[in-house]
Amino acid sequence: MTGTGAKFCLEASGLGCVRDDRSLFEDLSFRLSSGQVLLLEGRNGSGKTSLLRLLCGMRQPDAGEIRWDGEDIFRLGPDYHTHIAYVGHKDGVKHDLTAFENLKLARGLAAPNLDTSIEDALRQVELWGFDDVAARNLSAGQQRRLALARLLVTRANLWILDEPFTSLDSRGIAIVEALFSNHVAHGGMLAVTSHHQVQLGDAETIRIDLSS
Amino acid sequence: MNTPSLSRAFALLLWRDLLLAYRRRTEMINPLLFFVLVTTLFPLGIGADPALLREVAPGIIWVAALLAAMLSLDSVFRSDFEDGSLEQFLISAQPLSILVLAKVVAHWLITGLPLLIVAPLLGLLLDLPAASISTLLVTLALGTPVLSMIGAIGVALTVGLHRGGVILSLLVLPLYIPVLIFAANAVESAGAGLPIVAHLSLLTALLVLSMSLSPLATAAALKISLS
Repeated sequence: MTGTGAKFCLEASGLGCVRDDRSLFEDLSFRLSSGQVLLLEGRNGSGKTSLLRLLCGMRQPDAGEIRWDGEDIFRLGPDYHTHIAYVGHKDGVKHDLTAFENLKLARGLAAPNLDTSIEDALRQVELWGFDDVAARNLSAGQQRRLALARLLVTRANLWILDEPFTSLDSRGIAIVEALFSNHVAHGGMLAVTSHHQVQLGDAETIRIDLSS
Repeated sequence: MNTPSLSRAFALLLWRDLLLAYRRRTEMINPLLFFVLVTTLFPLGIGADPALLREVAPGIIWVAALLAAMLSLDSVFRSDFEDGSLEQFLISAQPLSILVLAKVVAHWLITGLPLLIVAPLLGLLLDLPAASISTLLVTLALGTPVLSMIGAIGVALTVGLHRGGVILSLLVLPLYIPVLIFAANAVESAGAGLPIVAHLSLLTALLVLSMSLSPLATAAALKISLS
């Protein structure tokens, strides 16, 4: 799907995160390469979201560093951002815009994926036909799928997803899992937290349990 | 051609904010309504003596414009913060400061430009002479963008707080005062036939300064608010 076939690697070493004077995790190290999945597990409040936000570069780690192909992600800045796409708890869908307009904006702000048009992306998440509907009139599951469709219109290699299956029905989960396996099979990377058991075929998975 | 384009992202975000404002136009009219109401209530409160009105008009119109600008500030980033759009801007492939500039320009077009359009009418209402009205327009054109630019920094700092309204006013109002002094004074001087070049030069300097520095400060403040 990314079509570049390029190999990338995301490396974290000695990561630590402190929130409200409480250490969420410390000395966390891992290495994620193209075609691999990083699955974060742990109880509520164990720091899964915080770790994902660190990986996005939205927050400075309190200890350690994160490198993309050997370079610190904070030094890379927007250059790193062309490689990532993030869907968090707040799904970043503008309710007063239509599904199509939402994706048009997402495409314009990121490095656009020229192989996938907005129509293709909406078809893949089975929202084509709702393209001119204001996002506020979509159901919660449809809004979630719209947010996830944002991943498809960019060339991002690393998808960072915080509970992507929230409010999706079983059909929605199947669609999204298919997108994920396809992305990973084409050399993409995935960093994901989920309470739902993620089925991604034979993708190589790195599991990190933050509760322990 | 694969690289993300800066000017396209700027135009797209400007288009998005104008479209959103159009779809929520009843909310967007609030600052304008406030501006008109405050200015028209003054003659009722202090009496309709033309000489008196002419004297206080520059101050009234500018204070009302300043408060209207402050009233509308929160909307610059609030809804984008709440639905997660700001996070997406933060990790977009474009520099955040350019996206911020697009948002502030859109905000000015939505809330500042309408003030400029009705100001001549309000000037007539308060019996301002023609020279003062044209000066009023020039000062509003130079000054209201400064209000939007400075305000954006304050909003960016307070957007993460649940009740940031009071802090926002305290942060922003002192920085608005130079604009108020130079602008209202220019309109007054024009009415008295005095030269106003110095005032306008200072306002232009403030505009240039805020346009070049505010997007950087706002972007930095947003990064702090979101981390």
